[in-house]
Amino acid sequence: MELQEKVVKLVSEATKMDAANINLNTSFVDDLNLDSLDMVELMMKMEDEFGVEIPEDETENLKSVGDVVNYLKAKSH
Amino acid sequence: MKAQFFDLKNKVVLVTGAARGIGKEIALALSAQGAHVVFNYRGDDSKAIALKEELEAKGGKATPLKFDITDYAAMTTAIDEFTKNVAPISGLVNNAGISKDTLLLRLKPDEISSIIDTNLKGAMMLTQALSRNFLKAENVSIVNMSSVVGLMGNVSQAAYAASKAGLIGFSKSVAKELASRNVRSNVICPGFIKTDMTETLSDKVKEEYAKSIPLARMAEPSEVADLTCFLLSNASSYITGEVIKIDGGLYI
Repeated sequence: MELQEKVVKLVSEATKMDAANINLNTSFVDDLNLDSLDMVELMMKMEDEFGVEIPEDETENLKSVGDVVNYLKAKSH
Repeated sequence: MKAQFFDLKNKVVLVTGAARGIGKEIALALSAQGAHVVFNYRGDDSKAIALKEELEAKGGKATPLKFDITDYAAMTTAIDEFTKNVAPISGLVNNAGISKDTLLLRLKPDEISSIIDTNLKGAMMLTQALSRNFLKAENVSIVNMSSVVGLMGNVSQAAYAASKAGLIGFSKSVAKELASRNVRSNVICPGFIKTDMTETLSDKVKEEYAKSIPLARMAEPSEVADLTCFLLSNASSYITGEVIKIDGGLYI
């Protein structure tokens, strides 16, 4: 599965939002109504799935699904 | 006959200040319930091993972690290692506390600092350090050991009372902030309990206290331990943000 697909799948599972309605532009706060604690939990799921560590202060810059995909791509290089 | 809380069996509970007094009694009671008791210690490795063995003789498992409650770096290292390699921690008893009774006019800044750092800041740092772990664990319950003095104030205990009152505001905030994750946080306010800490009080003070206690006696530490077990267990699943006095009616 491609990185983007995996991220969308995780976001979909965490938010109970249909994966078909989630794309790179989907905003966690504006479109998915996640609060700061939801974000922490979502990032923890990403950490487990991709085996990376996402520091707390970097979470603040990850506002959309695309941000996370780009961040994880950069991390894996 | 003690109440049995079956969900405490194998529950991983971190107890601070477990070397003596109320903390030790809580660790023993949790062990008797079959819990996995994690406790921190500062200096003596052999004492920590002895406590581990004493706890495991009661039942359950026990794991000592070496860190000082005022040392954030050591604390996070020890906790991260445990939660990653052993198990998530789903119970926390912020019990470690010190007291230095002295009149306000003789209270020195460094005494204020050490009391606040241990009793309040230590509990806050530890809860903070565990909060990520709490999001992953299930049925998390936090018990903060305050004091009836935190509610009513006391002569010669200004700093101690302030630290204990601070724990109440902290606990209520944690209760609100993490409630959506089914993390509960409550406060116990013990009154006059038979421990080393109260042993240091003068006989005159003890007599005066006894006179003002409707149940007319000091409490055994095990009575506080029983309440702690209840609050850690699912028997109290709908109780959070609460402050419970256990003081024989001292402060009504």
